[in-house]
Amino acid sequence: MAKRLDIKDLNLHYGKFHAVEDVTLQVQARSVTSFIGPSGCGKSTVLRALNRMHEVIAGARVDGKVLLDGEDIYAPSVDPVQVRRTIGMVFQRANPFPTMSIRDNVVAGLKLTGEKNKKKLDEITERSLRSANLWEEVKDRLHKPGGSLSGGQQQRLCIARATAVQPDVLLMDEPCSALDPISTLAIEDLIAELKKDYTIVIVTHNMQQAARVSDQTAFFNLRAVGEPGQLVEIEETGKLFSNPNQKATEDYISGRFG
Amino acid sequence: MTDSTKPEQRSEGTGTAGALRGVPEEAPGPENPTPESPSDKSVVRLGDRIFRSVATGSGIFVIATIAAIGIFLLIRAIPSLQANEVSFLFSREWQTGDPSNLRFGILDLAWITVASSLVALILAMPIACGIALFLTQYAPRVLARPFAYLVDLLAAVPSVVYGLWGALVLAPVISPFAVWLNNNLGWIPIFADGNVPAGSGANVFTAGIVLAVMILPIITGVTREVFARTPTAHIEGALALGATKWEVVRTTVWPFGRNGFIGGSMLGLGRALGETVALTIILSYTYTPPNYSIFDAGATFASRIALGSAEFNNNLSVGAYIAAGLVLFIVTFAVNALARWIESSSGKGKE
Amino acid sequence: MRTDTADVEQPAADPAFQYLSLGRKLKNNAATVVFTAAFLIAVVPLLWVLVTLLQRGLPPLLNADWWNHSFYGLLPSDFGGGIYHALVGTIEQALVCALFSVPLGVTVGIFLIEYGQNSRLAKTATFMVDILSGLPSIVAGLFIYALWITTFGFDRSGFAVSLSLVLLMLPLVVRTTETMLRIVPDELREASYALGVPKWKTILKVVLPTALSGIVTGVMLGLARIMGETAPLLILVGYSRAINFNLFEGPMASLPLTVYTARKTSTEAGEYRMWGAALTLVLLIMLINLLATLISKFFAVKTK
Repeated sequence: MAKRLDIKDLNLHYGKFHAVEDVTLQVQARSVTSFIGPSGCGKSTVLRALNRMHEVIAGARVDGKVLLDGEDIYAPSVDPVQVRRTIGMVFQRANPFPTMSIRDNVVAGLKLTGEKNKKKLDEITERSLRSANLWEEVKDRLHKPGGSLSGGQQQRLCIARATAVQPDVLLMDEPCSALDPISTLAIEDLIAELKKDYTIVIVTHNMQQAARVSDQTAFFNLRAVGEPGQLVEIEETGKLFSNPNQKATEDYISGRFG
Repeated sequence: MTDSTKPEQRSEGTGTAGALRGVPEEAPGPENPTPESPSDKSVVRLGDRIFRSVATGSGIFVIATIAAIGIFLLIRAIPSLQANEVSFLFSREWQTGDPSNLRFGILDLAWITVASSLVALILAMPIACGIALFLTQYAPRVLARPFAYLVDLLAAVPSVVYGLWGALVLAPVISPFAVWLNNNLGWIPIFADGNVPAGSGANVFTAGIVLAVMILPIITGVTREVFARTPTAHIEGALALGATKWEVVRTTVWPFGRNGFIGGSMLGLGRALGETVALTIILSYTYTPPNYSIFDAGATFASRIALGSAEFNNNLSVGAYIAAGLVLFIVTFAVNALARWIESSSGKGKE
Repeated sequence: MRTDTADVEQPAADPAFQYLSLGRKLKNNAATVVFTAAFLIAVVPLLWVLVTLLQRGLPPLLNADWWNHSFYGLLPSDFGGGIYHALVGTIEQALVCALFSVPLGVTVGIFLIEYGQNSRLAKTATFMVDILSGLPSIVAGLFIYALWITTFGFDRSGFAVSLSLVLLMLPLVVRTTETMLRIVPDELREASYALGVPKWKTILKVVLPTALSGIVTGVMLGLARIMGETAPLLILVGYSRAINFNLFEGPMASLPLTVYTARKTSTEAGEYRMWGAALTLVLLIMLINLLATLISKFFAVKTK
């Protein structure tokens, strides 16, 4: 199921502001790629462009190509809704739907797009919650509201919700930044497991986290405030952190910058 | 999964998504139609297209409604205006019973309307401002909300009840004061004798006070909201300089919220100009023309229409009332538009 | 000895803080008094009106007949009779008004928040909603008269009243919907989009349910507001002392119209009924206000 992503000459704008310039990189299937870099370097913007969430913001614009196993997700005949179905996303803040129960949150993507078979939905609920390592904690209160869980549980609920629609790629936008260290660890373990089935791209502020979870790491930077963000280099994670190709990367990871 | 068959189509890089979301100045190319158009070349689902059209249609409907109000009132007023034997703007007569001899003018209606609204505004503005300051700056935090609710309750009382209260309860209580004003300040034209005795209570003076009570929650509501938005940094800055509470209010809260207060007052004015039933009950109708005093009685635009509803039996007579309604519509439209404009510029000037 | 100490401590005797000048202190206190007084002044008419209503309007309400009888067949001097006919009219007219104005107003609110963004159409629509909210109720009545009765040729009826109330209710529903949609966090919309849910379904199944209790509260407050409207009724429907369930035919009573009409019966019994009807109207409005507050308290969706 997992698919490869090729990003070619990606340029992103918010109105007249040029947010990201000429990003080209590849993400292998069944691997974890982290995006790191200082605030405002455009790493989250690039991530959002990978499932056409960028364009949800008024005035946002995309140039360049994003190929999913060779097919351009920005091709004119492609329905953005279909793209998002195929490439799921987990957000910085856990955002379970407050009006829905835990179970309904998990299967929200399926129910809202027409799946009605109760048995199938129940199966998917259990499978997704198990794969998010949440099943044991919530199996007795599936009909409680999603907001009744702790922050870390909510974030795992959101991961379960994202995997329930069986996407090919999972994008994670700083999924642990609002969590305590124990919940963070739980999510990181989960990422390692999900890697078997999904292609994962994760944006993180935390370099140790990037080093722990990812196979390759992309470093983004910007020349100055107001300038567009750029991809400095993308490299196998071990190499990027031990022996980066660029001076800017070395400065950043050694704490001399950002 | 993505069902694209021609991935190369986007090679010019003109940003499908950008065109869909609309960044007009940077979306060139013939294949990019106007932004926000749902028929853009990118795929938009049928459900989305329908839903968007319905929503947009409802927005258009609201605009069309206002236009329809103006147009229908105008269409119905024109034949009567043409049949009118006297000047519509300057006549003081109102004889509409006989469709073959329509004699109607709005001069006196305009006076009663404006006079009662102005009395209301003069009374309500300072009090509303004081209440707003009290609720936002002075009242204890815990009590501010229930207190504000109490003021809002004034808006929940229907105008027909205010009318009864004004005519039957308030008027007898305040008429000695009206007589006193009339006797002692009668040399000032607006306190001179009106067309009914000052002691009758069925005059602009009583009407203005009742209107003031009715518009108080409107002005207070808007003003309170604006005052509450005063940036904390401004207030703390003033406090750190050793300002007293009053000085904080004068130097930060008031300059910040002044336009909101004025805008809110205009909204109150709009409401007062159009108020109908309370004034129909309070003001006694008299055929003696007014004397340009606040002790006049008579009818406002709105109350004249309400009084005339009994003779709504032929289109020409009704048209006369509709003409008066049209004037009221235009005036309140202008006042409300001005109010919103002033209100929206609040807090911007003094940043 | 003592004088010595005083001398030594002379410098320290200066106050630690600068004193406020008397003038500043007076002004500050005066301002506090004035603003507090302004609030108290506003409470006076509120209490005065409510006390008057209770004093004069309570006796008829304590009679059981008041709630299930009409004024049908009463002589001007007869005490007794009931408000049932007017309650029926008010509630029917308000419900039919809600039937039109709620779907329309919610849709307009959705357009303004979810679709309009900053388009010129949305700005114009917002402005027109503002204008509509300042529309004098008598003008709303005249417009429906000119449209529904003069142009389309229908008779005066309770339904015509409902139509005019729609104009007055619509801006209240739109405002409420706008406010409630605005506080639904964008994160929920994005979460839904990211699951591959189309925008329209996101609005219907995620955004609206989250905003629902707030919208319901606003709608009820709006209903309470328009139930007290009298002006359009004078033009659009005749008063009936009997019970009429039919919105489309014949004169129909309602609470405000009953108050207004009963005022013309200048007998003691007429006044008795007038105050009774007025208190009933205010109680109904307060009851709906209270219900609305309870709904917003107990059914609010927590969105952090």
